[in-house]
Amino acid sequence: MDYIGEHLLPGQLGHFFIVLSLISSLVATFAYFMASRLGTGTPVPGISATSVALNKQNILAGFGDTASWKRLARIAFITEVISVFAIFVILFYIIHNHLFEYHYAWKHSSRTLEFKYLLACFWEGQEGSFLLWSIWHCVLGLILIKTAKKWEAPVMTVLSFGQFCLATMIAGIYFFNWKMGSNPFILLRDSGVLDNAPALHLDMDVSQALRPDYMLSIKDGNDLNELLQNYWMVIHPPVLFMGFASTIVPFAFAVAGLWKKNFTEWIKPALPWALFSAAALGVGIMMGAMWAYESLTFGGYWAWDPVENASLVPWLVLIAGIHTLLIYKHSGHSLRPTHLFFIVSFGLILYSTFLTRSGILGDSSVHAFTDLGMNLQLYMFMYLFIWLAAIISAKNFRQRVNSSFIAIILATLTYTLNLPWLGLIALLTGLGFIIYQIQTQVPTIAKEENTSSREFWMFIGSLVFFLSAVVITGKTSLPVFNKIFGTKIAPPEDAEFAYNSIMVYIALIIALLTAVTQYLKYKQTTGRLFWKKIWIPTLIAVAVATALFMVGEIKYTKKGPMFLASIWLAIACSLYSIIANAAYIWLGIKGKLRLSGGSISHMGFGMVLLTILVSSSNKEVLSKNTSGIYVNLGKDSKEEPGENLTLVQGLKTDMGKYWVTYEGEEKQANKSRWFYHMRFQRKDGKEEFVLSPSAFVNARGREGIQPEPASRHYFNHDVYTYITSLPDPEKNKDTASFVTSTLKTGDSLFYSKGFLIIQDVKQKDNLPKELFGDSGYLYEAPIKVYSKTGTSYSVTPRLAFAKGEILAVPDTIISESLVLQLQKINPDKSVQLGVKESDAVLKYVTLKAYKFPYILFLWLGVGITALGILMSMANRIRLNRQSAIKS
Amino acid sequence: MKKIHIFLLVLIAGAIGILLSSLNTGSSYGTIAEAKAKPGKFVHVAVQLDKSVPVEFDPIKNSNYMSFQAKDSSGEKMKVIYRKGEIPNLMISEKLVLKGRFKDDHFECKDVQTKCPSKYKDDPKAAGNSAAHNAATSEMK
Repeated sequence: MDYIGEHLLPGQLGHFFIVLSLISSLVATFAYFMASRLGTGTPVPGISATSVALNKQNILAGFGDTASWKRLARIAFITEVISVFAIFVILFYIIHNHLFEYHYAWKHSSRTLEFKYLLACFWEGQEGSFLLWSIWHCVLGLILIKTAKKWEAPVMTVLSFGQFCLATMIAGIYFFNWKMGSNPFILLRDSGVLDNAPALHLDMDVSQALRPDYMLSIKDGNDLNELLQNYWMVIHPPVLFMGFASTIVPFAFAVAGLWKKNFTEWIKPALPWALFSAAALGVGIMMGAMWAYESLTFGGYWAWDPVENASLVPWLVLIAGIHTLLIYKHSGHSLRPTHLFFIVSFGLILYSTFLTRSGILGDSSVHAFTDLGMNLQLYMFMYLFIWLAAIISAKNFRQRVNSSFIAIILATLTYTLNLPWLGLIALLTGLGFIIYQIQTQVPTIAKEENTSSREFWMFIGSLVFFLSAVVITGKTSLPVFNKIFGTKIAPPEDAEFAYNSIMVYIALIIALLTAVTQYLKYKQTTGRLFWKKIWIPTLIAVAVATALFMVGEIKYTKKGPMFLASIWLAIACSLYSIIANAAYIWLGIKGKLRLSGGSISHMGFGMVLLTILVSSSNKEVLSKNTSGIYVNLGKDSKEEPGENLTLVQGLKTDMGKYWVTYEGEEKQANKSRWFYHMRFQRKDGKEEFVLSPSAFVNARGREGIQPEPASRHYFNHDVYTYITSLPDPEKNKDTASFVTSTLKTGDSLFYSKGFLIIQDVKQKDNLPKELFGDSGYLYEAPIKVYSKTGTSYSVTPRLAFAKGEILAVPDTIISESLVLQLQKINPDKSVQLGVKESDAVLKYVTLKAYKFPYILFLWLGVGITALGILMSMANRIRLNRQSAIKS
Repeated sequence: MKKIHIFLLVLIAGAIGILLSSLNTGSSYGTIAEAKAKPGKFVHVAVQLDKSVPVEFDPIKNSNYMSFQAKDSSGEKMKVIYRKGEIPNLMISEKLVLKGRFKDDHFECKDVQTKCPSKYKDDPKAAGNSAAHNAATSEMK
């Protein structure tokens, strides 16, 4: 059947490019594989002999040589790049032109969505975010083709295979009953969404076909989730996925080294890549934290949510890998852990993909992706990478065959017996194989590291990072363990503290190591030299920490004195780290900026640790409260105050060092979003400002509110507030009625919260004829209302007679829930005044407000860390170029 | 034995120790009946809001107190008290994970996780309805 109003061409093109990217990435993988099998680049005599022999054989068989395989591979990869970009452009075209016949556009966008959020809805779905990941692989691949030289073939084999796996994720192709991937170009009518809508089917019967003109009824899309209509959603995913995508490069280099039995040379080109990856992933993660802080209402920037942990853990391992790599470069030690860390780091990226996208975190995370029924495929993504890395790095042909055999057996068993624990064992066995291959093949130095050497303590630091990653992974994997072993263990009562109580010691150790280690020399340090330099920063740090201890205040007492002491100690250590690293730029490397990347990034990291410690332990609740309207309980009150506070419109409310008044609200055009204006006045009168937290109310026809915070930034703290509850208009239907009394000027009348006095009753002259007609009149009665609270208000209800109709214009005092209506003017100038007291006029909002100290320094610290890492990267690229020219 | 190996062993043993001890969280997923059977024990209970009993929340009186009735898949019910303000999207939630402990006659809820079908998951039925709604309104135009 032909349907009216559909645009099928973009979808068909999209399908074509998806298939093309699938094929071309597979061809690229195979061709690069052949090119690197045939290619030399291996100094091990045995292997090179066989490859030369293979080379000859292949040439004889007309199989081509390295160069032609490489040419084919490049063509295939560039085809892949073009396909992925084409898919991106087509999908964006569909979203931008509101082609709601496509499920993706219908589900994630709407006509009213601002242009800047079109990209956000592009990667709201799993398909779009896989595509984003794939695009970064394309960019990185092109750079590798240009720069990797003899490492191009093996490294690109791995990367192309990664591209192939990602292409399958958006393929949407059926193999028998098994659906591979989820296609973003699927039509709305094929997606099942319309199956239950009788109005769209012939004869209003869902068993019939769709009406040919069904598109006429699809007026608008489902829109982007309100929480995601935010500029952070536009910029955070690209940066984070750049980090995600870039971790494959150090992994690929490590695997390439194991594969080509060239264990040492890959280190050099891999280092800048690893540094880049660390900067991109780190910034990406912290942008997520900023987003959570600025626009989501988690009440902070980090909550040890499984989704956050899953992206933090690969970063920790990557940092460990970078440090062991530096150890190797300078001392020859730690080559084996370097291999392991880079491989595990990428493995954890795959694991995090599995965790966040499989729906397994359903009960434990607030922001995991939707389950698309692709768990098997996500598992295969991990399985294939781990085992192919194991097979490819095997020592010889026999081991390769053996490990392939085991991989296939384990996969078959896991699949046919459907045993989740076997799935875990299969993955760990693969990792075990890789470790075995590293242990048996990669050379190591027998000589022991000197405890006065820099490498010894760097290694300890790396190990602490790695083990903290293991601990976080273990804790985060609780839902996985429950699934595998059928247990019902839930996270502990204070889940955040369970992490914090461990991580505070990790922070302490790391801060101390980053402070001291640079002052040690590689190989061996003489005590005199060490003390000669380090005593200055140590003394300053001790002085600053002591001063802080005297002046400063850490209010985090609820976890006992032990934890408080740990926080203090960790604060002192991070101060030491900042000072020692800043000093090292002059003391150690004599202010040579080019070499100071390491010190700068350590300094930034020290700042990050310091501000995390200070801000999270000194967070202050401004909206402290025990009941709705503010009640001052006095200092001895035992009742623990809640964090929500209700503000009635127009009523000044006590909040910490501020008076806060809810002044009114304002609707955003075209959106069901309101901004609530809160005037903050410092009690000492020195400052006054308005914060406007907002909320989407009943958006998209759904009941409920989606709040978004507002904050005011100062250099040393933020004032931060968001709406937690709004009155339900249904519940507050006006049921009260007017009570009428007859009063004269000067008379007073009591109401439940005070009394009022009629000031005057006057008739207005000179009324415009076109409004009031010939015999029209208008009376006004200015009234003064005295509330019990001591506040007085002036209001003026009016009564008009215009064009033969009587019209009463009541006046209201919202904070007193009072409505006054002038009902009749008697000939003796007395009036009939209607008084209504109703909750319905009470306009209020409930909110939370916090004071977060030193948040700005956290972001600054992140920036400095990233800057330092990028400076190191630039320096390493420069050094690599120099050594390339020399050789 | 190298010094670094001693460090290695100590740190790894520490990590394993922490991991094992973190398995002993003192909390578990359970049903309402289990929560009632063990008052005072911190549990996670997956429930649904029982809409037959009105939700109690009046921000004018107390902006932190919320109370409602919950039922689980077995049909068991309990009163829940939450003292941290209004639970967002409670009314449209399809599932709630309550974290807290049973005390006297009610469940003292420390933390809630709401699962809303339309927000986090494809819901063909709801989507179909909204499409049908669109269709119906366009008929009227």
